[in-house]
Amino acid sequence: MRIPCPLCGARGNEEFTYLGPAGVARPAPEAPDDAWHAYLHERVNPAGQHRELWWHGQGCRAWIVVTRDTRTHRIEAATLARDAEARP
Amino acid sequence: MRYSVFALLRGALTGQKHWTPAWRNPEPKRAYDTVIVGGGGHGLATAYYLAKEHGITDVAVLEKSWIGSGNVGRNTTIIRSNYLLPANTQFYEKSLQLWEGLEQDINFNAMVSQRGVLNLYHSDAQRDAYARRGNAMRLAGVDAELLDAAAVRAMLPGLDMDNARFPVMGGLLQRRGGTVRHDAVAWGYARAADRRGVDIVENCEVTGIDIVQGRVTGVQTTRGAIRARRIGLAAAGNSSRVAALAGLRLPIESHVLQAFVSEGIKPVLDTVVTFGAGHFYVSQSDKGGLVFGGDIDGYNSYAQRGSLPVVEEVMECAVALFPAFSRLRYLRQWGGIMDMSMDGSPIIGTTPIEGLFLNCGWCYGGFKATPASGWCFAHTIATGAPHPLNAAFTLDRFRTGAVIDEKGAGATPNLH
Repeated sequence: MRIPCPLCGARGNEEFTYLGPAGVARPAPEAPDDAWHAYLHERVNPAGQHRELWWHGQGCRAWIVVTRDTRTHRIEAATLARDAEARP
Repeated sequence: MRYSVFALLRGALTGQKHWTPAWRNPEPKRAYDTVIVGGGGHGLATAYYLAKEHGITDVAVLEKSWIGSGNVGRNTTIIRSNYLLPANTQFYEKSLQLWEGLEQDINFNAMVSQRGVLNLYHSDAQRDAYARRGNAMRLAGVDAELLDAAAVRAMLPGLDMDNARFPVMGGLLQRRGGTVRHDAVAWGYARAADRRGVDIVENCEVTGIDIVQGRVTGVQTTRGAIRARRIGLAAAGNSSRVAALAGLRLPIESHVLQAFVSEGIKPVLDTVVTFGAGHFYVSQSDKGGLVFGGDIDGYNSYAQRGSLPVVEEVMECAVALFPAFSRLRYLRQWGGIMDMSMDGSPIIGTTPIEGLFLNCGWCYGGFKATPASGWCFAHTIATGAPHPLNAAFTLDRFRTGAVIDEKGAGATPNLH
């Protein structure tokens, strides 16, 4: 799988580190237990389009939001996380 | 037809024309007492133990593809019970005991081979951790032996003991561990469940779960609606998708794990070996091919295929342990979709919806758990409450904080 880094171009996925779904907001410290439980443990885990965070650690070191189909691994879009909405 | 040497000899006189299909291919009925979603190892074992242990035979196993197409045929066939935490130790030991009597129980040759599982250690700290785990196992009545370097060298002549970076200092050996022919597990359980009256329905995908006032009433499938009083979900990598049909969001991510087989060679490895400094495990099948695997690819996937960086890493581990393996070609490689839970331990239990039961979160330890998973899940479905062996594997342990975190690493989906 090759990931189209907005800064470096298409690079092999071994240069990147995967974090997980993008756009997951960390609850406030005083938020109820349910909110923390949902944040820490629960996942939508879709079969299909998935917005996710990758870190280009062996390249430009930018955080990237990749939109990828989890059934085919086809990548539809990749933008810098700082430009993406709902940055965690 | 009961399989035996006498049936085989009788068949020899009649040209072996007496063989019949191992299980029926029934049209699904419109209603069942219990429906199991997922015809993998765990779902089939659940149906078998529902019939055998609890006398519940009005059961259908619904499989979206064919029996044996999922993870039960996509693993590296290893069985073991070398865990540290009490809930896991006791559960996996029950599983190993069921493996030991499985073939007589289901009248099917699953080639259960207790050739031992050896976990290598490469540092003082790792030796101490393995000694602790071995002691925990022995306290729980499970066999474990801590081997020093000389004992490992005698056992595995091909091993590179003196690797400059990760010298082998010894290993933790569970002699009762080993391998099982995984396809035969699926077929054996399917046949045994079918013989007790369970309907195994292939090519039948569940597309909806009917819930009325907080209670399940049936499922919608690609082969029509089926009413059911109780529904058990055993969908492994597709658990999140199936649970979403009932409005549940699970502490699960689906990840792809690859496995590999080399060309067949003469006997070279008579046990299962795991690398303590990387993530690698290898055994030799009875056909002669080396069967091995490593870590998950590390990103969400439902694609049942992995990518090349992990292939390279697994081969590096193989050659680091056994330099002679660099001369081998690998024949084939495949991917399975793992239901990675957030503490590395499984979920077998009830859900907030009455009559709906959940079996998932196997990470990549699901194959060895197959018999106990089915046994415990059947108990949970039949009685409405978990057996003591799976009482800790609840869905709400993540909410309450009573997680079973074998690795002590916190909430991440990359544990096993």
